[in-house]
Amino acid sequence: MSADRDRTTESRRLIAALLGPAEPELTCEQCFEQLDRYVDLQLAGDDADRDVPGMRAHLVGCPACLEDHASLLAFAAIDDGEAPPA
Amino acid sequence: MAPTVAGSVPRVTVERTLPHEGAPTAAAAPSAADHLDAESRRWVDELAGSGAAHDDAVLRLHALLLRAARYEVGRRRRALPYLRGDDYDDLAQQSADDALVAVLRKLGTFRGDSRFTTWVYKFALYEAAVKLRRRAWQDRELTLQPDAWPAFASAAPSPAERLEESELLTALRGAIRDRLSAHQREVLVAVTISGVPIDVLAERLNTTRGALYKTLHDARKKLRAELAVAGFDIARGDWEHGS
Repeated sequence: MSADRDRTTESRRLIAALLGPAEPELTCEQCFEQLDRYVDLQLAGDDADRDVPGMRAHLVGCPACLEDHASLLAFAAIDDGEAPPA
Repeated sequence: MAPTVAGSVPRVTVERTLPHEGAPTAAAAPSAADHLDAESRRWVDELAGSGAAHDDAVLRLHALLLRAARYEVGRRRRALPYLRGDDYDDLAQQSADDALVAVLRKLGTFRGDSRFTTWVYKFALYEAAVKLRRRAWQDRELTLQPDAWPAFASAAPSPAERLEESELLTALRGAIRDRLSAHQREVLVAVTISGVPIDVLAERLNTTRGALYKTLHDARKKLRAELAVAGFDIARGDWEHGS
C-alpha cells in the first residue's frame, strides 16, 4: 500500500509540475523583489498571501524560488531567535 | 569581483538619492523612505553616507551576509559531499562578497517593506544557493531530451481515478510532443521532469532565469489550454499537493 501511495504521489507531483499553478503568478524577478516582504509578513503572522498576491502560485510553479523562499524564511526565523518553520 | 579581505571596504557606487539630498529616484518613491523602522533607517543612512561610520557599516553588513551565506552552504553541503571544508568557506565568502556588491548597488531600491536585515539576507542566500546549485551540476550532463518521461504507472486508489490519471498523463505527453515548440519542450522536460535547477539551465543556455521561467509558463499555459479543449477537468487544483 505504501509503495502504491508513493507512486500516486509521484504521478500527481509530475502532473502538478507539468501543469504549473492555475492562478496568476509573479515572475521570478517579481518574486525576488517581494520575497523579503513576504517572509517578514509570514513571520509576523500576517496574511502574506493576501498582501503579496501571486507569490504562493509562483512558489508552487518554480522550484528554485521555492528553495530560496524556504531558506530565507528559515534563516530569518533563526535570526529572530525562533525555531525555523518545519 | 576580487575577494573582500577582512578589514577592507569595497569601493561601490551607491545609487541612492536620499529624500533630503534632492529629487527622489523612480525606485525610491517619495513615501518609500518614510516607513523605515529605526534600525533599517540607521543601516541605510550609514551605508549611503561616508567616512568611518560608512566603512564600519559596510564591515558589519559583510559579517551579516557571511553568516547568512554560511547558513545556506551548511544547509546544502550534503548535496556536495566531494567539497572540502575550505571549499565551503570559500563559497560562502564569495557569496557574501557578491551579495555585498548587490546590496550596495540596490540600496536605493530598498523601500522598507521588510526589515533591512531580511532584505539583505535575501541577497546572500540567493548568491550562495545559485553557486551551490551550479557547483552540484557542473560535471553533470543536462537532459534536454523530450523523451525523458518517467516510467511509472498510475497507482491512484480507485480504478476510475487510475484511468483518469493515466489518460491525463497520456494526453499530457501527446500535448508536449505535438503542441510545444522544441525550446518549450526542452525547458519543460529539463526543469519539471529531469529536475535541472532553472538557474543552472539558464547558465548552460546562456539566458536568464526569468526568461526561462517565461518559457516554462507559456508552455504550461499551452498544455492547460490543450487539456481543457480535450475535456480534462484540470482546474480543480488537487494536483498541486500530490494528495
